[in-house]
Amino acid sequence: MWDYTPVVKDHFLNPRNVGDIPDADAVGEVGSLACGDALKLYLKLDENKDRIVDAKFQTFGCASAIASSSALTEMVKGKTMDEALAISNQDIADFLGGLPEEKMHCSVMGQEALEVAIYKYRGMDIPEHDSEHDHGHAYPDHEGTVVCKCFGITDTFLKKVIETNRLTTAEQVTHFTKAGGACGGCIPKIQELIAQVLGDADAQPRTRPEKLSNMKKMQLIQEVLERDIRPLLWADGGDLELIDIDGSRVQVAFRKACAGCASSGNTARMVEMKLRDLVAEDIVVEEVSA
Amino acid sequence: MKEIYLDNNATTKVDEAVFEEMRPYFCELYGNPSSMHFFGGQVQGKVTEARGRVAALLGASPEEIIFTACGTESDNAAIRSALEVFPDRRHVITSRVEHPAVLTQCRNLTQKGYRVTEIGVDGSGRLDMDELKAALDTDTAIVSLMWANNETGVIFPVEEAAALAKSKGALFHSDAVQAIGKIPIDMSSSNIDMLSLSGHKLHAPKGIGVLYLRRGTPFRPFLVGGHQEKSRRAGTENAAAIIALGKACELAGQHMEAENTVVKAQRDRLQDALMAAIPNARINGGGAERLPNTTSIAFEFVEGEAILLLLSELGICASSGSACTSGSLEPSHVLRAMGVPFTCAHGSIRFSLSRYTTDSEVDTVIREMPPIIARLRQMSPFGREFLKGQA
Repeated sequence: MWDYTPVVKDHFLNPRNVGDIPDADAVGEVGSLACGDALKLYLKLDENKDRIVDAKFQTFGCASAIASSSALTEMVKGKTMDEALAISNQDIADFLGGLPEEKMHCSVMGQEALEVAIYKYRGMDIPEHDSEHDHGHAYPDHEGTVVCKCFGITDTFLKKVIETNRLTTAEQVTHFTKAGGACGGCIPKIQELIAQVLGDADAQPRTRPEKLSNMKKMQLIQEVLERDIRPLLWADGGDLELIDIDGSRVQVAFRKACAGCASSGNTARMVEMKLRDLVAEDIVVEEVSA
Repeated sequence: MKEIYLDNNATTKVDEAVFEEMRPYFCELYGNPSSMHFFGGQVQGKVTEARGRVAALLGASPEEIIFTACGTESDNAAIRSALEVFPDRRHVITSRVEHPAVLTQCRNLTQKGYRVTEIGVDGSGRLDMDELKAALDTDTAIVSLMWANNETGVIFPVEEAAALAKSKGALFHSDAVQAIGKIPIDMSSSNIDMLSLSGHKLHAPKGIGVLYLRRGTPFRPFLVGGHQEKSRRAGTENAAAIIALGKACELAGQHMEAENTVVKAQRDRLQDALMAAIPNARINGGGAERLPNTTSIAFEFVEGEAILLLLSELGICASSGSACTSGSLEPSHVLRAMGVPFTCAHGSIRFSLSRYTTDSEVDTVIREMPPIIARLRQMSPFGREFLKGQA
């Protein structure tokens, strides 16, 4: 059985905003019956045609697909379209208190449907999906070539997901996008893409800065936690939350599989070492139960 | 919440009488059956009795029963043994709908230079016997075909297949984990050389299995070490579980008729009522001969995990061939092999009953299932289109 958070369960059992908006300004549709999940998102804009005043959805899919769609509609209401476009799939997962990694593709589907709806509204070029086997990844930047033939997923899309979610293994990419999850024929290509994206990141070597203001230090601690540490914990079904930063003392609380895990002490040391490597040598990580 | 357990092909409740039978063999009668002293000897006596009870259910002789740790071990041992006793034969035949315990091993063999043929099935899940005939040759070391499918309950003509295998000098193994205890099996008049059984599918505990090995069949052990099981499976006997399995087999024999009348009638009532109440549903394998306790129903336009979790909220335990419950992304290999269309492969639910299933539990599922499907179809873009078309 999947370890869904109470928020996921709530949004699955009591989904918000199911239905359609007959006079919707923007509609985004991704997925298909063949893929096993699909989402149709409706957006209604205010009179200035800028702010989203209403959102509705229809979803074919598992519990986390339904919960992700429900969360998405709640998140976009009241936002301008530009603000909505800034929502990442990780934001959707965070809103739900996290998703099992194997289910991250549900949050990606939500984020995609949102982009499709807004780009379509703005008249940007979007390929229509026509065949049953086309996943309908109507990704606006569709210059890319298809990598995963089973699910019709392009390299452009994969690179974006690899980059934004800092994925490091082909298995993670499958969990986030489904690519490689059926015949597995494209896994070597996915590994190449990961190497490319990681290579790009390595082009700017990351070392500990010489001197940091308190403000910068706090920012950097948060950045390293988000970018380097939390994805590692997700891979094992865990997570952490930053509780407080007091000078060089960093207080974190472990969540999900990490909470109450016998080796959370080791995890805290791992976090500390990473922060010492990338932020400042005097960092001390404390685990709190908040 | 009291559970309504209709997932007996996944595992079963340990029968109270089975549990009572095994209970003394942990803290009191804990001797090693191989020991020379009286204390081990009395356990040995019970293990012998259990072996006889298992043999009786299968129509086998006690010495043809090898206790293992699980069905998977039995499957692995059977196939490996055949390849070792026939080193010159480099071909293995199985089916596309086998349990992973067989299929994964066979697919791994292709990496080691073996030729592996996976026989297909038709839309009702029936084995393609012509394909089997064509695939068999004198290079075939072993044919391994399941007796009954875990997802659909479809029964394969294993006796006929075993006769074909024999005609080419190949060994025949059947993964009978789902069949034993549900349909009568008689190894005394059979061409089957090896057969796997798993205790926890027939109201014995988890962690005990059997490999039936026909007398005279050449065999190489999977686990080597001690002389247990006549040196065919080393390792100290799991005495308590063996004793439990013996009792469970005795009870299965006694309940066999009820399984095929009472349980079957409940299963039929459940599937007939659901098919009548829910449009655009189909029974996977409905056209084939099936186990009396199993039905797999595909509901169009909805996804299986969502159905299962809504059922679970009501205490109803079932299973699905859906990808999203397993972490894989493709619908079940069984349903795909049967060519179940994508529109409903993702929304297939398996109910598997047992002698513990009550009529009122069946009534509850008949009552609760239609609104769950309606609710999810209302939420699904494809379901809504379908409902609009109906209105």
